[in-house]
Amino acid sequence: MILGVEDLSVRLGGSHILQGVTFEVPATGVTALLGRNGAGKTTTLRALIGQVPAGGRISYAGSDLLSRPTYRRVRDGIGYVPEDRGVFAGLTVAENLRLASSSAPAYDLVYDLFPDLRSRAGQRAGTLSGGQQQMVALARVLLAPHKLLLVDEPTKGLAPAVVTAVATALERMATRVPILLVEQNLAVVRRLATDAIVLAAGRVAWRGPASGLLGDPGRTRDLLGVGRA
Amino acid sequence: MSTVVLLALTGLGLAGLYFLISSGLSLVFGLAGVLNFAHGLFLSAGAYVCWWAAQSMSLPPAVLVGVAAAAAVGALVELVLIRPLYARPTEQVLVTVGLSLAGVALLQSVWGVDPRPYPHPSWTSRVIRVLGASVPADRFLLIGVAVVVLAALLAFLRFTRYGLIIRAGVEDRDMVSALGINVRTAFTLVFAMGGALAGLAGVLGGMYFGSVSPGQGASLLIFAFIVVVIGGLGSVTGSAVAAVVVALVQQFVNYYGTAGAGDVSVVVLLAVVLLVRPSSSAKAVTS
Repeated sequence: MILGVEDLSVRLGGSHILQGVTFEVPATGVTALLGRNGAGKTTTLRALIGQVPAGGRISYAGSDLLSRPTYRRVRDGIGYVPEDRGVFAGLTVAENLRLASSSAPAYDLVYDLFPDLRSRAGQRAGTLSGGQQQMVALARVLLAPHKLLLVDEPTKGLAPAVVTAVATALERMATRVPILLVEQNLAVVRRLATDAIVLAAGRVAWRGPASGLLGDPGRTRDLLGVGRA
Repeated sequence: MSTVVLLALTGLGLAGLYFLISSGLSLVFGLAGVLNFAHGLFLSAGAYVCWWAAQSMSLPPAVLVGVAAAAAVGALVELVLIRPLYARPTEQVLVTVGLSLAGVALLQSVWGVDPRPYPHPSWTSRVIRVLGASVPADRFLLIGVAVVVLAALLAFLRFTRYGLIIRAGVEDRDMVSALGINVRTAFTLVFAMGGALAGLAGVLGGMYFGSVSPGQGASLLIFAFIVVVIGGLGSVTGSAVAAVVVALVQQFVNYYGTAGAGDVSVVVLLAVVLLVRPSSSAKAVTS
């Protein structure tokens, strides 16, 4: 286990978004965090990285994360790719990457995974396509020596061909670092995830092997409101 | 023709002053989200400390002492008063307004309410002939310093790591933190930079007006806020362009219109810009 979440609760604007969420993230592979819209998936990731105030306990590498500010959690090895990608539109691709790291060996890996970024280094990130911006966001977390990645809806709004490219990149990234992945595209989840956690109304409704969820159409429909992927 | 040249160069000199004040104000708001009404205090601190230091040393080191003091006041205000209030914007505004008023009172109690004659380099008393106009040399000092500061600021933002962090932070400071960067350090830095620039404006303002008084910072701050809003919050280049427009409009309308019409016209200009281009008050890129 790389991360242990215990009784995590978040209140925002008078709403009780997370109501005692408890789960663990294994030290290898991709763990999918699933649920219908408004279940609390994004809030869970934001609480884990420290962008919203939370109660409960987050155990990471033997210590509690909750009292640490966001930048400390990241320096301790947790990388975060937000739902909106968090790319700095007014900065070039190279400047976006340079914010994360200037280590040359790390760049070799990034350009191996995303060769398109090398040729677009001088281009403003705001002028990139959605898929290219996602590559920049993923590349940034790869540049730092993270021990766990939190990735929020990386394929949202992307064309099918780009979804495949992003999934391939995530698959290769997962061989180096465990990923907690929020994803609506169940085909991507089926391809990448070994474990799954399903949230419903701010609580954990189900957890177990991803195949145990996606291999059971009735359970998938009940928990996620969709048919077989 | 000579009148137009004189008004234009005087306006550009005043624009230099506005730019020095507003660029720091703009960066502070763009990055840290702080509407700093105490920025005028930084200006006054720089002006008065330089004036005080110049009584025991030559002017160039006295200017450095004044600018350093204003930078220190800026950093101190951020660390002690603003930092605990980042999540409470209303209290933040109240504290900076209170600090501004308290600062004026403090300066009055220490150095009195009367304006103090300000030291200046002897060459700035001369008059330079430009296209038939007799232009006081201090205008060129203001323009020259502002151009150098603009170039230095843009170079800092473009070529240094902290400049990169500030540009990114103006867009999305939460995301900067999510890359493992302590953005609060950058907050302190921009307050110190803003303080230094305002302090420099205070020194140059003292030379331009020939004196320094406790309320000088607050009165110049009003125009600096107008420049910041027109130029785009967080945009150094926008502040430079807006400073030129505001100062020129003010100069020409003051001369050709009735007394005080220039100041009113600047406020009208602000209203027109906000109505025609509402997004001008939104955050912009810093370079």
